Amino acid sequence: MSENWLKVGKFDDIPKLGSRLVKTADGDIAIFRTSEDEIFALRDSCPHKQGPLSQGIVYGKKVSCPLHDWKIHLDTGLAVAPDEGCTASFPVKIDAGIVYISLDEKKTEE
Amino acid sequence: MKEKLVLVGNGMAGVRTLEEVLKLAPDMYEITVFGEEPYPNYNRIMLSPVLAGEKTIEEITLNDRQWYEDNGIKLVTGKKVTNIDRIKHKVIADDGSEHSYDRLLIATGSKPIILPLPGKDLKGVIGFRDIHDVDLMLEASTKYKNAIVIGGGLLGLEAANGLMQQGMNVTVIHLLDRLMEKQLDDASAKMLKSSLEERGLKFLMETQTEAILGKNRVEKVKLKDGTELDADLVVMAVGIRPNVDLAKTAKLHTIRGIVVNDTLQTYDPRVYAVGECVEHRSNTYGLVAPLFEMSKVCANHLAKHGIGMYQGSVTSTKLKVTGIDLFSAGDFFGNENSEDLVYQDEASGVYRKLVVQNNRIIGAVMYGDTIDGSWYFDLLRDETDITDFRKTILFGQAHLGDSGHGEDDRVALMADTAEICGCNGICKGEIVKAITKEKLFTLEDVRLHTKASNSCGSCTGLVETLLALTVGGDYSVAPHLKPMCGCTDFTHDEVRGTIKRNELKTIRNVMDFMEWKTPDGCGKCRPGLNFYLTCAWPDEYVDDSQSRFINERVHANIQKDGTYSVIPRMWGGETTPKELIALGQIAENHKVPTVHVTGGQRIDFLGIKKENLPAIWGDLSKAGFVSGHAYGKAVRTVKTCVGSEWCRFGTQNSTQMGIDLEKMTWGSWMPHKFKLAVSGCPRNCAEATIKDFGVVAVDSGWELHVGGNGGVKVRATDFMCAVTTTDEVKEYCAAFMQLYRSEAHYLERTAPWIERVGLTYVKERIVDDAEKRKKFAEEFWFSQKFSQDDPWKARAEGVDAHEYTPIVSMV
Ligand code: SRM
Ligand SMILES: Cc1cc2nc3c(=O)[nH]c(=O)nc-3n(C[C@H](O)[C@H](O)[C@H](O)COP(=O)(O)OP(=O)(O)OC[C@H]3O[C@@H](n4cnc5c(N)ncnc54)[C@H](O)[C@@H]3O)c2cc1C
Ligand code: SF4
Ligand code: FES
Repeated sequence: MSENWLKVGKFDDIPKLGSRLVKTADGDIAIFRTSEDEIFALRDSCPHKQGPLSQGIVYGKKVSCPLHDWKIHLDTGLAVAPDEGCTASFPVKIDAGIVYISLDEKKTEE
Repeated sequence: MKEKLVLVGNGMAGVRTLEEVLKLAPDMYEITVFGEEPYPNYNRIMLSPVLAGEKTIEEITLNDRQWYEDNGIKLVTGKKVTNIDRIKHKVIADDGSEHSYDRLLIATGSKPIILPLPGKDLKGVIGFRDIHDVDLMLEASTKYKNAIVIGGGLLGLEAANGLMQQGMNVTVIHLLDRLMEKQLDDASAKMLKSSLEERGLKFLMETQTEAILGKNRVEKVKLKDGTELDADLVVMAVGIRPNVDLAKTAKLHTIRGIVVNDTLQTYDPRVYAVGECVEHRSNTYGLVAPLFEMSKVCANHLAKHGIGMYQGSVTSTKLKVTGIDLFSAGDFFGNENSEDLVYQDEASGVYRKLVVQNNRIIGAVMYGDTIDGSWYFDLLRDETDITDFRKTILFGQAHLGDSGHGEDDRVALMADTAEICGCNGICKGEIVKAITKEKLFTLEDVRLHTKASNSCGSCTGLVETLLALTVGGDYSVAPHLKPMCGCTDFTHDEVRGTIKRNELKTIRNVMDFMEWKTPDGCGKCRPGLNFYLTCAWPDEYVDDSQSRFINERVHANIQKDGTYSVIPRMWGGETTPKELIALGQIAENHKVPTVHVTGGQRIDFLGIKKENLPAIWGDLSKAGFVSGHAYGKAVRTVKTCVGSEWCRFGTQNSTQMGIDLEKMTWGSWMPHKFKLAVSGCPRNCAEATIKDFGVVAVDSGWELHVGGNGGVKVRATDFMCAVTTTDEVKEYCAAFMQLYRSEAHYLERTAPWIERVGLTYVKERIVDDAEKRKKFAEEFWFSQKFSQDDPWKARAEGVDAHEYTPIVSMV
C-alpha cells in the first residue's frame, strides 16, 4: 500500500503519556505518545458516545475515555473487553523527529 | 532454565496461590501440581449446595484442565505425595515416582476427624470433605432411608440439610446442648434449632454415641444410654484436623498444623505452606477468606517481590442452608471486660448480639435478619469506635441514615431485570450470570467483567450483596485489605506510608519501588499517586499533569459535547456590581452560550471551546477573578448566608467568615471535592450541615460540623465542637482539612472517611489535643504557600499552551 504521508509536526511537541490533536476536514484525529515513545493515531471519538479520546489518561498502550471511562486500545482503536466497539485508527510514523500521518484508515479485524 | 515450583495439594488455597504467582511473575517457574483427588481444582465450599441438589459438580469447578494447560502447569491427579527429600529437594509420590523442586508449596488442607468408635470402618460411615463423600451420600440417599449425622456444627447441619433435601430421614446427634457452639450463643442456637426442626430435622442433644453397629454396612447407631437407632448412613462431622501427614513424615516442624511465619515459610525456607494445613501464630483456619489472604502474601514471596506480611485474620461465618439467615463473627462470648448489646424479637425470629469492649465491636451473632452482618464485620475489623452511634447500632446501618447497603433480602427479592448499576445500565440478571459463568469472586472481577459499580460506585453495596448471595459462604467478606487498584497489591495506606517513609518523590519512583505490575499504572492509580505525592511533599513535588483527569489537567470541566465550563471564584458567594458588569461583558464578548447560577453560589459559563479557554481566562484574570476549581478534587466553594450584617436573626458575620475561609483554603488539592459553608444562625440557610466542613454561628460563637455531603446518599454532618473566635475557626478548619488530606484514601469523601475512622478518632486529634491540632494546621498553611497560584492566569500567559492548541490543522 502506498500511503500518502502528511506532515504533522515535531515528535517532541507531543507530551509523553499524552496526546495532541490533528484537525482535518474529516474531523479531529488524536495522536498519542506512550511512555515507551511509541505513537498512535485514532479518530478523536470514543465508540461509546463520541467522547474526545485525546483528553483521556494514557497508560500502557491504552487510553481511558474522559467521559465514561471506556478503555480503548491505541494500536487498533478497539474497545477493551468487555466493552465492544471500535474507532478508526490511522498509520503514523516518525522520521528525523517529525511525525507523519496517513489519512487512509488502517484496517482492523474485529 | 526456569526454577521449579511444586505444589502438593490441588485445592482451594494452593491453586489460588498459583493464580496469584502467575499474575505477578508469569514466566518465573516451571510448575507441577500433585493432587490426591482425581479432579481439577473445585470449589469445596459449594459441596453443600451440590448435596442439597442446588448445584452440579460441573458448576463448581474453578479451574478446569484446560486452565492448567493454558498456563503451562503440569497437573498430576490421583497421586498422593508420600515423602519429601528435603536434602535433595525432591518429592516422592505413592507410586515411587520422584520429582525435584527449587521451591515447594504444601497445601494439603485438612481431614475430617473420625471418632475412634467401634464400627467406624463399616461401609456407610463417612466424613464430609470432598466430591467422593458427596457421591457416597447421594448414592445412599437413592437406596436407603435413615441417616445419622454426628455433630451439630456448621458442616454437620449443612450435611443434614442436604440429606434431608434428598429425601432421607435425618437425625443429628450433638454432644452439647447448643448447636454450632463455636459460632452461636444460646439464644440464637435455640432459634436455629427450632427452625430446622420445623423443616423436619430431628435432634438428639447432649447425646453421645457409643458404637456403630452392623455386619458389612452400618445398620444401627448405639448411644451411651443404650438406645439403638436405625442407620443406613453415618456422617461424622465433628471437626477437622489440619492434614500434616506429609509434613510430619518429612520432619517439618508441626504443632496442630504446619508452623509457618508471616511470609508463609515453614522451618525449611525452601518450603512454603498455605491453607487449612497451616498453623500461623498459634491459629489454624477453616474458612477460605483467611486462606486467600495467605495465598496473596505467599505468592508475593514466591514471585520474589518480598513485601507483604500475613498477620492473621478475623473470620465470620454464615450457614449455607437456604432460607436460614445466620451470621457470626469474632469473639461473641466476650470476657469480664466486655459488654453485650442485645436485640431480641422471638415472635418475628430476629436476634442480634454485639459484644463490645472499649466501645469497639469484638464479636457479633445475628439470626433471622443478617442484613447488617457485613457492616458489623467491617466495624469489627476496622476497630471503629462506635461511641457516636452506640445507641442505635442494633437497629442497623439503615438507621444511620445510610441507605442502599447490605440489604440482602431486598436484593434477593429483586427481579433479574432490576437495574443495579444506574451509571452503566447493568441489571441484576447480568451480574449474577457473570458471577456464575466467569466464576467471579471479587468486586474487582465483577467490575472488570460487567462494568457494574465501575463508575460512581454508589451501587457497590448492592453488587457486594449479590456476590455474597450468588457465591455463598464467606465470599461476602472481601479480603480486608483492598489494593489501590489492579496495578498493585498494596493498599492506599501502604502506598501513602511508603511514600513518606522512603521519601519517594515521583510517580515513577513509587511505581518502581513498590513494583507496580503495569508499566505506567492506569487511570485510577496515577491520579491517586499524584495527589499523595502533592500532599506529602508540598514544596518539592512537581505535578504530573498527564496523571490528572482531564478536568484538572486543563482546569475546566469537560461537558458531554466536549466543550468546557468556566466557574470563577466568587469569594463566599458574595459579589459586587462591578464584578457582575465585568462578567457580563466577558460573557458577551466571548459569546458564551449559557450563563448559569450554580448550586454553589457561583456563576458558570458553559459551552466554551477548549481552544478559547486561555483567552476567556485572561479577561477574567484582568477583572480580578481566579479559578473556582469547580473541576477538581479540591476546595470547591464556601457558601454563606447574609448573616448578622443584614438578617434579622443573624448572630455573627457569617459572610465575612466564609470569605476568610475561602481565602485561606482555595487552591488546596484534596482526596475528593471539599465544600464548606457558613450560616449566620441555626436556621442554616447556607446548608452548612451537609458540607465537608460546615460552620453555624450561634450567640456564643461558632459551631463546627464535619463530614456532610449531598449527592446520591445524603449525609448530614457530625457536630465536632464549638469555638468562640474567628482564629479558632480557622485553626480547626485548617487542621481538620490537613488530617483528612493526609489520611483519607484518594476519592474517599469526608463522609465515608469519617464513617470508616469514626468521629471520635477525628476529635481526638483536632479537638482534644491542642498540640496535634496546631501541627496539622501548620502543615496545611505551609502547603497552601505552594498551591495558591491561580492556574488560569498562568495558562492565559502561556503555560501548557499545547493543551489548548492542535498540533496542526489540515482543514
Ligand atoms: C455546576 C453545578 C450545578 C449548578 O449549575 O448549580 C454542579 C455541576 C456538577 N456537579 Fe455538582 N454541581 C454543583 C453543585 C453541587 C451541589 C450543591 C453545593 O455545592 O452546595 C451538590 C450537593 C452538595 C455536595 O457536594 O455534597 C453537588 C453534588 C454533586 C455530586 C455528589 C457528590 C457526593 O459526594 O455524593 C457530584 C458527583 C461527584 O462529584 O462524584 C457532582 C458532580 C457534578 C459535575 C462535576 C458532574 C460532572 O463531572 O460533569 C457537574 C459539573 C458541571 C460543570 O461542568 O460545571 N455534584 N453539586 C454546581 C456547581 C457548584 C459550584 O459553583 O462550584
Ligand atoms: C462441605 C464444606 C462446606 C464448606 N463451607 C464453607 C463456607 O461456607 N465458607 C468457607 O469459607 N469455607 C467453607 N468450607 C471450608 C473450605 O472449603 C476450606 O477452608 C478450603 O477448601 C481449604 O482449602 P485448602 O486448600 O487448605 O484445602 P483443600 O481445599 O481441602 O485442598 C487440599 C487438597 O490437597 C489434597 N492432598 C492432601 N494431601 C495430599 C498429598 N499428600 N498429596 C497430594 N494431594 C494431597 C487433598 O486431596 C485436597 O484436594 C467448607 C468445607 C466443606 C468440606
Ligand atoms: S441563617 Fe438565618 S439568620 Fe442567618 S442569615 Fe440566614 S436566615 Fe438570616
Ligand atoms: S464516550 Fe467514551 S466512555 Fe462514554
